[in-house]
Amino acid sequence: MANLTTNFIGIKSPNPFWLASAPPTDKEYNVRRAFEAGWGGVVWKTLGSEGPPVVNVNGPRYGAIWGADRRLLGLNNIELITDRPLEVNLQEIKSVKRDYKDRALIISLMVPCDEDSWRDILGQIEDTEADGVELNFGCPHGMAERGMGGAVGQVPEYIEMVTRWCKKHTRMPVIVKLTPNITDIRKPAEAAKRGGADAVSLINTINSITSVNLDSFAPEPTIDGKGTHGGYCGPAVKPIALNMVAEIARNRETHGLPISGIGGITTWRDAAEFMALGAGNVQVCTAAMTYGFKIVQEMISGLSQYMDEKGMDSTADLVGRAVPNVTDWQFLNLNYVTKAHISQDDCIKCGRCYAACEDTSHQAIAMSDDRTFTVKDEECVACNLCVNVCPVENCITMVEVPKGALDERTGRTVGDYANWTTHPNNPMAKAAE
Amino acid sequence: MSNSPLTAGVAPGRLAPQAYHDNFSDVQPVLDRHEARVAADRCYFCHDAPCMTACPTSIDIPLFIRQIATGTAEAAAKTIFAQNILGGMCARVCPTEQLCEEACVREAAEGKPVEIGRLQRFATDTLMAKDVHPFTRAAATGKKVAVVGAGPAGLACAHRLALKGHEVVVYERRAKPGGLNEYGIATYKAPDDFAAREVDWLLKIGGITVNTGVELGRDITLAGLEADYDAVFLGIGLAGVNALRAAGEDLDGVRNAVDFIAELRQVADKSTLPIGRDVVVIGGGMTAVDAAVQSKLLGANAVTMVYRRGRDRMSASTYEQDHAASAGVRIIYGAAPVRMLGQGKVEAVEFSYEGGEAFTLKADQVFKAIGQTLAAAPIAQDGAKLVKQQGRIWAGGDCASGGEDLTVTAVAEGRDAAEAIHASLMA
Repeated sequence: MANLTTNFIGIKSPNPFWLASAPPTDKEYNVRRAFEAGWGGVVWKTLGSEGPPVVNVNGPRYGAIWGADRRLLGLNNIELITDRPLEVNLQEIKSVKRDYKDRALIISLMVPCDEDSWRDILGQIEDTEADGVELNFGCPHGMAERGMGGAVGQVPEYIEMVTRWCKKHTRMPVIVKLTPNITDIRKPAEAAKRGGADAVSLINTINSITSVNLDSFAPEPTIDGKGTHGGYCGPAVKPIALNMVAEIARNRETHGLPISGIGGITTWRDAAEFMALGAGNVQVCTAAMTYGFKIVQEMISGLSQYMDEKGMDSTADLVGRAVPNVTDWQFLNLNYVTKAHISQDDCIKCGRCYAACEDTSHQAIAMSDDRTFTVKDEECVACNLCVNVCPVENCITMVEVPKGALDERTGRTVGDYANWTTHPNNPMAKAAE
Repeated sequence: MSNSPLTAGVAPGRLAPQAYHDNFSDVQPVLDRHEARVAADRCYFCHDAPCMTACPTSIDIPLFIRQIATGTAEAAAKTIFAQNILGGMCARVCPTEQLCEEACVREAAEGKPVEIGRLQRFATDTLMAKDVHPFTRAAATGKKVAVVGAGPAGLACAHRLALKGHEVVVYERRAKPGGLNEYGIATYKAPDDFAAREVDWLLKIGGITVNTGVELGRDITLAGLEADYDAVFLGIGLAGVNALRAAGEDLDGVRNAVDFIAELRQVADKSTLPIGRDVVVIGGGMTAVDAAVQSKLLGANAVTMVYRRGRDRMSASTYEQDHAASAGVRIIYGAAPVRMLGQGKVEAVEFSYEGGEAFTLKADQVFKAIGQTLAAAPIAQDGAKLVKQQGRIWAGGDCASGGEDLTVTAVAEGRDAAEAIHASLMA
């Protein structure tokens, strides 16, 4: 069986699956249960400064969207950082870490944006024997209104400044957690790196309103007739997170900066995808909040099986494997030609491919009187929409037209690799001549 | 209530009172909201959906299921009723396993179709529970149409004509409207007087007068109707019953299954209905199954259905056959009745297998269910049934040529005849 042990910025854990800083990691009871279930590490829910703890709303704090069969696809929340006294959290962290020395235990922090506050909190957590800290520059609601969380994460200069303070005042590894509520994720990542961060973790939650109550005309979750934006997470945000992880992994300025991947990870496969795009480990929250801690067992067995099948001995063999294959559009091979192919054996004749192609794409699927659906190669641009709307996996596949063969749509034979930078229609290409 | 299933002869009250209640209540209750949402989620919203093509009334099934899935069951019901005003009854009695659900792509994909029939019932029950009628009549046209027969075909025709603004008078020979919905459907498929409630609800469209106890040929004549109305629709069903042409058919205890089913439907206290200890049902259609199953539910000790052809030829669906088998009915295929045996009353039936081998079944009661036929032909026939149109007279439902003898087919034919009549009257 593959070795899932990971060493992330010097922090060892028996597997790359950590629980993200969030409600599941708010107290000793939950964290002990998580470790018993098999989680490799935990980022303890964000601690704030000493003093009166923050308060939460006393009405609903989560909203959701669902897919078929009410499968939860996206969750949003308006919960703040821990609302328990700092001293209680510190005692519990110490207690847990003493009993689970082989697990990673990271403390998430969020205090006001001044050096004294950060120095103070770092001092207070010193003797918990935690393995590292994660700076919460991400939470988009509530705390951001007070100049913390996402308010810091949206200003690269602040990220750099606070990171530098933290590196100055602690010997623990520092992970900077990034907010996705920005236009270019590379800028805050670069700032974290300049500030001396050991790693970045991303993504935090996305500004969101999940739904509007059409009787009360208020956003949901609704608190006494009003609602506010919350932080969105769960399977629905995974594509956004994957892109942001990849952008940092392939950016010249940040390439090689360790990444802890977060965003909708629900299965081993999701985790493996983040790792292939450069994440050294992953953090999970919504999947645990939906199904409980036991899901980690599937993640462990699934990743092990996959790595065995691929002949990978350690997670290091997987991390970053897909990064070289992430490129810009302009470098994609325009002479790579595929055509959709419908397996008649697998087709259940629902006709969704036909409706999608006929109504919204390229009219490249023919429908016979007996509901046989076939691709018109002379019309098919290989857009993949039919593949995506087909209810039967692998019923419709994309088949490559080999080099030298005729593309019936264009009437030309498939040529060698050529991209937009050299394409005759590209004015920039002409200018370069 | 000293009788039991073993009591000899034909006797009432073979079961405990609670058993009658349980046996004749809803065979398949309506889905609740959660069940409906889960079931609706499975629909793929197919293009030019096969289920819709398979439905004789062409209900837009993907649309109504999507409307259920998005929390608007009332809109779903309106989609259904726009095509099939008796969508409530059809949701209960349609052989969906041979129609929409057989065509469902998820039947092809997983052998488990979307539960279209049950979803249809969820939608139609939701709207009908509000006791409002979803349609309003067009302005009066001044045209009058007579509808003979208040069964599914006649009611569907009357409703569509009324919707178009015509004045409709329905003549029904029986005491109640509804036709086979009222007299011919197994009790447990439409309990709680659903057929009558559905008729009341349908008539809310207005412009329809129903005269019951009026029989064509006895109380009124076709010539008279032609003289008094702008058009006539005949939805007179198949009032005749095929004869066995086997000796002993006139013995006591030998009965037409349709009469037994009708009586059962109308009796409020099922325990008062006598049933044989040993019952034999001859036939292989839905009527035979309904008679056999309900004999069992009334407490008959042994019920045997005997069909003269093979299982593959049986017009009762596999689903219905399984239902009969699970109710405890024994089904014998490939055997024809030779004669009824008994002194004054039937005691046994002699059958012969296709190969000639004979056997005898003990029988206190014999129900004949070998098909119905036209009792009279007021207009020309096309084969064994009436032509669909002759001058200003239209025909539809079981009495008319074409289509299967199903409630849903009758609704489609009644509706389509109404459209044809409307086109003719407004031309």
